[in-house]
Amino acid sequence: MDIKWDKILVTGDPLILASQIAIVLTMIGIVVGLTYFKKWGYLWREWLTSVDHKRIGIMYMIMGVLMFFRGGVDGLMMKAQTAVPENTFLDAQHYNEVFTTHGVIMILFMAMPMLIGIMNIVVPLQIGARDVAFPQMNLLSFWLTFAGALLFNISFVVGGSPDAGWTSYFPLAGKEFTPGIGNNYYMVAIQIAGFGTLMTGINFIVTILKLRAPGMTLMKMPMFTWTTLITSLIIVIAFPIFTIALLLGALDRIYGAHFFTVSAGGLDMLWANLFWLWAHPEVYIVILPAFGIYSEIVATFTKKRLYGYTSMVLAIVIISVLSMLVWVHHFYTMGVGPAVNSVFSITTAAIAIPTGVKIFNWLFTMRKGRIEFTQPMMWTLAFIPTFTIGGVTGVMLGMAATDFQYHNTLFLVGHFHYALIPGVVYAVFAAIYYWWPKVFGFKLSERIGKWHFWLFNIGFNLTFFPFYLLGLMGAARRMYTYSAESGFFPLYFISAVGAFIMAAGFVAFAYNIYWSTRYAKRTTANDPWGNTRTLEWATATPVPHYNFAVIPEVRDVDAYWDMKKNGDKYLTLEPKDIKPIHLPNNSGQPFYMGMMAFLAGLFLVFELKVLFYIFAALFFAGMIYRSFDYDEGYYVPVEEIIEKERTWRDDSKWKAN
Amino acid sequence: MESKLVKYPVPTEYQSEQGKLNILGFWIFIAAEIALFATLFAVYGVLHPRTANGPSGAEIFVIKDVVIQTLLLLTSSFTAGLVIHQMRQGSVKGLVTWFVITLLLGGGFLFMEIREFIHYVEVGAALQVSAFTSSLLTTLGTHGAHVTLGLIWGICLIIQMLQRGITPKTASKVHIWGIYWHFLDVVWIFIFTFIYVGGLI
Repeated sequence: MDIKWDKILVTGDPLILASQIAIVLTMIGIVVGLTYFKKWGYLWREWLTSVDHKRIGIMYMIMGVLMFFRGGVDGLMMKAQTAVPENTFLDAQHYNEVFTTHGVIMILFMAMPMLIGIMNIVVPLQIGARDVAFPQMNLLSFWLTFAGALLFNISFVVGGSPDAGWTSYFPLAGKEFTPGIGNNYYMVAIQIAGFGTLMTGINFIVTILKLRAPGMTLMKMPMFTWTTLITSLIIVIAFPIFTIALLLGALDRIYGAHFFTVSAGGLDMLWANLFWLWAHPEVYIVILPAFGIYSEIVATFTKKRLYGYTSMVLAIVIISVLSMLVWVHHFYTMGVGPAVNSVFSITTAAIAIPTGVKIFNWLFTMRKGRIEFTQPMMWTLAFIPTFTIGGVTGVMLGMAATDFQYHNTLFLVGHFHYALIPGVVYAVFAAIYYWWPKVFGFKLSERIGKWHFWLFNIGFNLTFFPFYLLGLMGAARRMYTYSAESGFFPLYFISAVGAFIMAAGFVAFAYNIYWSTRYAKRTTANDPWGNTRTLEWATATPVPHYNFAVIPEVRDVDAYWDMKKNGDKYLTLEPKDIKPIHLPNNSGQPFYMGMMAFLAGLFLVFELKVLFYIFAALFFAGMIYRSFDYDEGYYVPVEEIIEKERTWRDDSKWKAN
Repeated sequence: MESKLVKYPVPTEYQSEQGKLNILGFWIFIAAEIALFATLFAVYGVLHPRTANGPSGAEIFVIKDVVIQTLLLLTSSFTAGLVIHQMRQGSVKGLVTWFVITLLLGGGFLFMEIREFIHYVEVGAALQVSAFTSSLLTTLGTHGAHVTLGLIWGICLIIQMLQRGITPKTASKVHIWGIYWHFLDVVWIFIFTFIYVGGLI
C-alpha cells in the first residue's frame, strides 16, 4: 500500500481548489438553510425515507440533473482545453481524469438515474398500480445509486479521480501502470451503484408482470412500459457480468490478484470482453426507455394511435437479443481475426433493421396527424434526424474493414454523442416537459422552453458534427492537445463554441424550472395536455400518493383515450365506491444501508481493509434488521381519498356535501 | 393483505399477494445469479491453464476433502427439501429440526472450505500467485460467501419461525431461502465438475 496520507486532498490546481471551496460553501449553505427553515424533519419524513415511487423518481431526477451539471462542466473543461492548439488550461493528467469522469458520470450517474427516475414516476401509473412490487427495495436501489454517485464524485477532491477512461482498460487501469487510488474509485463506486440498478431491474420486471390493471394484457401495455420491461430484462442479464468484472478489477488492484495483469498469467483482453459484454447492452438499457418516451409523445401530440404497435414490440425484443451479440465490435483492431470480426459486423449491422423499423413507425404515426408543436414534441422531432445521423455513422463504424480507419478517432466520439444525446438527453428533456404537469401541477414555460430547445440543438450540432470531420482528418480521441500545424484548430474551435451554446441551453432549462415554479399557472386538471392516451393521466394532478382511487379496468392499448371516447365506470365513479387503500410505511433502513455502503466503499477505496470489513458488516446488519421487520403498512382513510378526488372529478356527485 | 391459512390446494407460501411477488422476484434474482456465476466460470475457463510459476489444479486439489464437501452440501439440499415438506405439513417442530440439520451440514461444508483455502495458501497457491489461483479462489470464494450468507439468513428465519409459526409471510420467506439454497447446490455441481474433476483429468 503506497497511499500518501498527507496528500489525501488533491492540491496544487487552482480549478480544484476553487471547487473544494465551492463544495464546502454549498454544504454549509444547505445545512444552514435546512436548519433555519426547520426542514430537517420534513426532508427526512417526506423524502429520504419515502417509499412512494413518485417521490423516489423525483429524487432520482434531481440527482440526474445535478450529475448532468457535473458531467457537463467536465465536458466544457475539455472543450476549453482543446479550443486552441497547445493550450495549457488543463495538463495531460487532469485532462485524463476529466474525460474519465465525464464518461462514467454521464452514462451511469446521469442517463441511468434520469431514465430510472422517469420509469419510477410513470410505469406504476401507466399500468394502473398502487406502487412498484417492492417499494422499500425501490428506495434501497435509490440510496445505493446515490451512495455510488457520491463516492465517485468526491474522487476529484479526495485522493484523485480515475484516469483510465470510462472503459478503464487493463493493464493501464491496473496497479502497475496506475498506482494511485483513483481507479479504486471506479471499481468500488460503480459496483455499489450497480447493485442498486440490478434491484431496480428485478423490481420493474415483477411490477410489470404482476401488477398490471385488470384487462391490460402484455400486448395492451403502453410502449414506455414495454421498453421498461425489456430494459429491466437486459439489466438483469448484463449487470452481473459487470459486477464480476468490477470485482475482479478490485481484487487485482486492492488484493494483488492477477486477472488482468501483464505478469503471472493475467489476460488484459479479458477485461475488454467482460466490460463490453456489459457496456454494449448498457447502451440499449439507456436507449430503449428513451424510445418508449418518444413513442408516448408522438402518439399524444399527433392525436393518433402509435403506428405499428406490434412491430415496435418486436423491434425492442430483437434489439435486446442482438445487444448481447455485438460486443466485439468495440475492439476489431485488437486482433481477433477476420472470421470473428465478420460475424460481429453482421450482428452489428442487423441492429439497424429493428431500429429503422422504429424510426419509420414514428414517421408513419405523424403522417396525416394533427401535430402540436409543444416542447415534448419538438424534442421528439429533433431526435429523429439527429439520431439517424448517429445511427448511420454507427453502421459505418460497425463494418470491421472500415473500422480500422475510424477506430479511436473523434469520428467514433462524434458517433456515440450523436446516438446518446438525441437518444437519451433529448428524451429526458421531452419526458420532463411531458410529465412535469402531472407530477407538479403546472407546465414548464413553452416560451423559455423554446430558448432551451434552440440553444441546445444548435449547440449540440455545432459541438459534435465537427467531431466527424476531425475524426476523418485523423484527430485521435482522448488527446489533451494538438499542434497548430495539424490544421485541426478551426473545427476544434467551432466545436468549443458549440459546447458553450449548449451550456447556455442548459442554463435556459434550469431557468425554466425556476421561473415556472414561481410563476406558471397552477392546474388540477387530470389531463393538462388534453389529448393524452394512457392511464397515468386518469387520476388527480398532482398524483395522489395512492395513485388511483380504485384500480381502473383496461380495454385498449390507449386505455385512457378509450375511456374518454367510450365512457367507463372508472370515470363516473361515486364517493360510495371508495374503499380504504393499503400502502406501505416509510422506512429509514434503505438510507442507513446506502450510507453504510458509502462508508464501506470509501474505506475500500483507501485500502483500509479492517474498516471496510466493519462497515460491510454494518451494511449486512441492515439486511438482518429488514428480515425481522414485519411492518404491515397502513390504510389511507376514505375521507382523505374523497377529498383528493374532488379536485378533478367535477361531477355533481363529488360536490362537498 | 394476508389471506387466511388454508391447508389445500394453495401452499401457505403462495397465499399472500406479497409472498407471490417476492417468490417471483427471487426467481428473477436467481437469473441474475446465473449470469454472475456463468461469468465466473467463463473467466475460470479462460484463465485456468495460465498458472505462471504457480501450481496447477491437479497439484493442489485434495479430492477426498472435495468429495466430503460435496456430500455435505448435497445432503443439506435434500434436508432443505424436507424443511419445505414439513412446512407443507404444518409442523413447526419438524421444520425447525430439519432446518437446524440443514444449517449444520452447510456449516460443515463451510468449515471444510475454509480448511481447503488454508491448505491452498500453505502449498503456495494464494490469490496473488497466478491468474489460475486468482480465478480458482475467487470462484470458490464467491460460492462460499453465498453459503455464508445463506447460513446467517437461515438462522434469522429459524428465529422468526419460532416467534411466529407458519404464516403466509414466514412461509414465503422459508420457501425463498429454499430456492437460494438449492441454487447454491446447483452451482456447486458445476464447480465440482468443471473445476475439480476437470482439473484432475
